[in-house]
Amino acid sequence: MNALLHGRLTGLLALGAVIAVLPAVLPNNFYLDIAILAGFNAVVCVGLNLLIGYAGQISLGHAGFFGIGAYASGVLVGAYGWPPLLALLAGALFVGLLAFLVAKPILRLKGHYLAMATLGIGIIVSIVLRTESGLTGGPDGMMVEPFRIFGVELYGEKVWYWVVGVLLVGVVWLSLNLIDSPMGRALRAVHGSEVAAEVVGVDTARFKVLVFVLSAVFASVAGSLFAHYAGLITPAKADFFKSIELVTMVVFGGMASTFGAVVGAVVLTLLPQALTVFQDYQQIVLGGILMATMVFMPKGLLPTLAALLPARRRA
Amino acid sequence: MKMLATTELSPDTTAQARRVGPPILTVEHLSREFGGVLAIGDLSFTIAAGDIHSIIGPNGAGKTTLFNLVTGVYKPSGGRVLFDGADVSGMAPYRLAARGMSRTFQNLQIFFNMTALENVMVGRHLHLNTRLLPALFRFPSLVRKDREAKERAARLMTEVGLEKYIDADAASMPYGALKRLEIARALASEPKLLLLDEPAAGLNATESREIDAVIKRVAATGVTIVLVEHDMKMVMGISHRITALNQGRMLAEGTPQEVAANPDVIAAYLGAAP
Ligand SMILES: Nc1ncnc2c1ncn2[C@@H]1O[C@H](COP(=O)(O)OP(=O)(O)O)[C@@H](O)[C@H]1O
Ligand SMILES: [Mg+2]
Repeated sequence: MNALLHGRLTGLLALGAVIAVLPAVLPNNFYLDIAILAGFNAVVCVGLNLLIGYAGQISLGHAGFFGIGAYASGVLVGAYGWPPLLALLAGALFVGLLAFLVAKPILRLKGHYLAMATLGIGIIVSIVLRTESGLTGGPDGMMVEPFRIFGVELYGEKVWYWVVGVLLVGVVWLSLNLIDSPMGRALRAVHGSEVAAEVVGVDTARFKVLVFVLSAVFASVAGSLFAHYAGLITPAKADFFKSIELVTMVVFGGMASTFGAVVGAVVLTLLPQALTVFQDYQQIVLGGILMATMVFMPKGLLPTLAALLPARRRA
Repeated sequence: MKMLATTELSPDTTAQARRVGPPILTVEHLSREFGGVLAIGDLSFTIAAGDIHSIIGPNGAGKTTLFNLVTGVYKPSGGRVLFDGADVSGMAPYRLAARGMSRTFQNLQIFFNMTALENVMVGRHLHLNTRLLPALFRFPSLVRKDREAKERAARLMTEVGLEKYIDADAASMPYGALKRLEIARALASEPKLLLLDEPAAGLNATESREIDAVIKRVAATGVTIVLVEHDMKMVMGISHRITALNQGRMLAEGTPQEVAANPDVIAAYLGAAP
């Protein structure tokens, strides 16, 4: 395996450097906005990759968790006057509990049961968001107040860019730490062979639940902050297609590679901007990318590129 | 089968001089059916602590099923499993591992998504801090113990003769090395009872002898070993006791000499020969 994939410090520094330099080369706020959206997607994908890439489980409902976080912030701050940070934490806590309750019975089952169940959560969330229009504004969505903390209001692309940049570096750091720990190895062992993991003492059900909850909480936090940044949220952010988009980003970028998840999120956020055709046929294009990735580079973009470089053994 | 020839092996003097340890594993009237067919039927026997106890029998006799029942991978249809004096029937494998039981698999169960060293490090799971927050924030104590685990795993790999694969990806290793990797991983958990399901299957003569030596060394450290193996030379040479199964039932039990001389065993083997 390659330093590009696993070098902790090198990778973090490279990511930090790119984030630091980017605003200098982006011509205006339009591009900064795209970078911010890519950043939010990347945060969700790094978490989702822990579940999909490392632990080998699947979720077709992560946009639902993103949506709950977003609406928790929108509703609690807007309608109830909560401080944004508290609303964000409450949303994350709720999502964590929900993910726990869902995962507990279902992660004992395998493969497609989990896919079906998470699909179900996503659908239920987006239906609730559409129909509870008293609170959520229904299909048209709702306005969200800006994020205020310690009397400071986060406003504008320039500020949010750094917020998301720091968040992304933090999340990547946490993910790299986790993977390089006994719990991280237990997660990968679950992917490699559940029975072998069990006979050396890994409570596989527990770790599957844990990583599912953790990745859901990452999505919720990203959703909360996104809601404040965008100022307007709609149920589309929580629907099935958004979930598929997230999975595609992870699979495309490179499963079981934290930086791959970031690259996947960035590339697939930029692509629709670059290709106008993408906007009209977004689902078809996404489906095509997912299929092509599976067929031509099943390990995803970054691991495939890394394998092309001369092998450099890990220290 | 080379069964008959092995009766001429000189008697294992160390075995005769040994004291028999207390029971560490007892199965009582154990059975397991698959679609109406009994893979294990009303099986009862005891394994003494400190022994190398082999389970032999033709293919389909139920040896692997027995391992799966003992290690909690399958739930029994009837009967009990007692480990270290406690009834552990139907207990999850990870709980049994925490009580000191580990195993290898006849059909390799390797974490092919990791390096060889990481495979063995997973074996240290029970001895490490596996909580979320210390992992996320890289607590110094966790990092330090993890480094020790890494060194220990490397030593274990060296002990089973895998030193040249320490940095290798598991997916790039040959079959014989993977067989030993499973043993190293199981040993990393520091089991009291180690079940080896055909550790020498598919290995050449040299590799088999190496496995033989590894098993003896592990047993010498006080680990009780349950061995399923078709290499009769190995079984006769290293076992303290042997249980012979046929069609899920006990055929014979005793010292290697007793079992090898048992007419039922001989008949079962000759009958099963292709
Ligand atoms: N999971 C299973 N489902 C159905 N039948 C099984 C299963 N596991 C084992 N068996 C059957 O149980 C019998 C014993 O198999 P096994 O324990 O693998 O034998 P051995 O390891 O002695 O060769 C065989 O007839 C086999 O087909
Ligand atoms: Mg077998």
